[in-house]
Amino acid sequence: MIPELGHYALVLALGLALVQAVVPVWGARVRDPVLMGVAVPTALAQFVFVAIAFAALTACYVTSDFSVLNVAENSHSAMPLIYKFTSVWGNHEGSMLLWVLILSVFGALVAALGANLPATLKATVLGVQSWIAAAFFLFILLTSNPFLRLAQAPIEGRDLNPILQDIGLAVHPPMLYLGYVGFSITFSFAVAALIDGRIDPAWARWVRPWALAAWMCLTCGIAMGSYWAYYELGWGGWWFWDPVENASFMPWLAGTALLHSAVVMEKRDALKVWTILLAILAFSLSLIGTFLVRSGVLTSVHSFANDPARGVFILAILVLFIGGGLALFAARAPLLKQGGLFAPVSREGALVLNNLFLTTACATVFVGTLYPLALEALTGEKISVGAPFFNATFGPLMLPLLVVVPFGPLMAWKRGDLLGVAQRLIAALAVGVIGIAATFVFEGAKPVLAPFAVGLALFVMAGALTDLVERTGLFRVSFGTVLQRAAGLPRSTWGTACAHFGLGLTLLGIVGETGWSAEKIVTLQPGQVVSLRHYDFAFEGLVPRDGPNYREVTAKFTVRRGGEVLGVLEPAKRSFPIRSTTTTEAALMTRGLSQIYLSLGDQNPDGSIAIRLYHKPLVLLIWLGALVMVLGGALSLSDRRLRVGAPKPAKSRAALQPAE
Amino acid sequence: MAYSRTRRLFAAFLIGWGLASTPALAVQPDEILSDAALETRARTLSRDLRCMVCQNQSIDDSDAPLARDLRILVRERLTAGDGDDQVIDFLVARYGEFVLLKPRFAWHTAVLWGAPAALLMGGVLILLTFARRKSRQPTAGGSPLSPTEEARLKQVLDGRQQP
Repeated sequence: MIPELGHYALVLALGLALVQAVVPVWGARVRDPVLMGVAVPTALAQFVFVAIAFAALTACYVTSDFSVLNVAENSHSAMPLIYKFTSVWGNHEGSMLLWVLILSVFGALVAALGANLPATLKATVLGVQSWIAAAFFLFILLTSNPFLRLAQAPIEGRDLNPILQDIGLAVHPPMLYLGYVGFSITFSFAVAALIDGRIDPAWARWVRPWALAAWMCLTCGIAMGSYWAYYELGWGGWWFWDPVENASFMPWLAGTALLHSAVVMEKRDALKVWTILLAILAFSLSLIGTFLVRSGVLTSVHSFANDPARGVFILAILVLFIGGGLALFAARAPLLKQGGLFAPVSREGALVLNNLFLTTACATVFVGTLYPLALEALTGEKISVGAPFFNATFGPLMLPLLVVVPFGPLMAWKRGDLLGVAQRLIAALAVGVIGIAATFVFEGAKPVLAPFAVGLALFVMAGALTDLVERTGLFRVSFGTVLQRAAGLPRSTWGTACAHFGLGLTLLGIVGETGWSAEKIVTLQPGQVVSLRHYDFAFEGLVPRDGPNYREVTAKFTVRRGGEVLGVLEPAKRSFPIRSTTTTEAALMTRGLSQIYLSLGDQNPDGSIAIRLYHKPLVLLIWLGALVMVLGGALSLSDRRLRVGAPKPAKSRAALQPAE
Repeated sequence: MAYSRTRRLFAAFLIGWGLASTPALAVQPDEILSDAALETRARTLSRDLRCMVCQNQSIDDSDAPLARDLRILVRERLTAGDGDDQVIDFLVARYGEFVLLKPRFAWHTAVLWGAPAALLMGGVLILLTFARRKSRQPTAGGSPLSPTEEARLKQVLDGRQQP
């Protein structure tokens, strides 16, 4: 009964979506407030029905109702409760249901919080949002129904893929989807603006909070996925330039560019056409990401052809929305009036440079990810494009951008003073140079570029703080005044500084991990000791254990430094009998910002075991930096001017102060 | 992002199942060469070579049996005295270009390798065109005042003269 309720709720949601896709948009054309008003209740009701459907599927999982095909294939009654929840989206059908749930959450939020939007814009935005929703409801109902029943229910389920039975995976996909789907709002706003043929700085102010929120979730999701891969996959890598990772990284790059260009549009009424295009592209890349992961085209072009129904459907959605969005853009964008002149050396100029490098980097990732597929389809030749390619192309594109990052926020709008800004960055530059020198002295020039990369990271971090130091008068005026000024600074200034500082942190972590990781691969007998850097690891022996739905063999290692015991590491190998799979559970020990990483290999008949041991300096900064970036986003989001529900007066004020 | 990786790992596990009961470490202790210089070269080479039954893993990262065979093969060639390029050529001759994670620069990869620079150049050119077009028409954006604005300006200025 419950799965049927869920199924029915989903059908009702589709019906509502179809109404919402047509009526408000028509209402906006004929300026009929009643027709436009339809959008709000339908958006809210859509959310309610999708939530019911999602709750129904969750209930099937929690009660282990194996008469539902989806549950039987992806769950097991012995699985811990938390994984019964997370396996709802640990499969294709369920994850698509999560996708539309988040889509309807965003739609409902716009409906509920968008009281300050002009009525026509709001109606059109919600209408466009519903076009997307309707397409995905149809996709689920026609090709990926999670509520299908089995005629004969099996006694036991086939278990969730063991590698997904991890808390990191519980939060990672929802975060990622919040990011992907969050960009649907900016897309809807862009399309609505194009349909309206009218766009002003107020548009950017409405869009920015959504873009910012989506960007924060995406950043979080990517960082979480990276950390999950790091500890779960067992070989200590944190970024693989895997097509699936690239699929989430491309919208992130486009979204980051969008955030920056929207600032220019809001403050200076410039870059309008470009901002609209980025808003369309960010969501297009999210859709492509969904397509790449969901259609199976990545595994091989042929596996896509073997089960074409889903792939072709998503491809059709892709063509419809990306093609439609871009065609609308091509037709309407020339009508948008450009405003706001600026000199090449100015804050606007710096932000244009940011966009130039970010979009080029994004396009590079795009080409690298899809090139093998395209080449194989066109000529039949099979090539691989992997990490070495991306490192060789993406890296050089990021370097100039990172050098420019500290300059941007210090530049004046319209016409900046490059020399003046450089002088203000002297202190930051000094920090960078000291960093280079200190690295050379203490670590030597083993990876020859590493000291310079450390210097660059420190320059970015110090540069991010420079603006704050100057504006609060730190080191120049009394501490009380500094605090007063700090409290008076706009939150978005704090946000910018924080996000750029986080970028520097991540860079520092990447340099530390890639430049100075130490590795040891050995076979040990119980009682033997192995040393890495300053640490000694004594292998105490193997202990078998039983988990709820797996068996594991844990190896116990005592870690000492100079004779002093620091703790115990217990890496394990888990075998899941139901899927007859084994996973490697690495053991981690955090020392400051660095980590010791230990994972198990083959166990030999004589009782010895192979291990892989790493010392990864500063590795935690990679993810910590991402979190600081997210914090920066949150600070910006809390800025009064950007608050989602902020009252309207901002519009008239903006009209009076274009010459800031 | 996780699902496909999972599917890949799962596939790797399935393939490996018949041969090994548990997935091994990527590089195993018994593979490591005693000559440290050769071993470093082998590791560096391994990072650029693809494990062909996996989705996107280098043979250095992968625990599939095929990756192990390739790692051993690379080490055999190196100990036999092959240069790095010779090892790569040998593997490409045997397995095709698919084995290289960093494709060679050739006609069929020209677009791939040229894309980043071409895109950046294209972006710069577009920006320059826009900048030039704007500087040619200095009044673009600042349209002359409308009659009502003129009147309003006059009003304001007059008002200021009479305190």
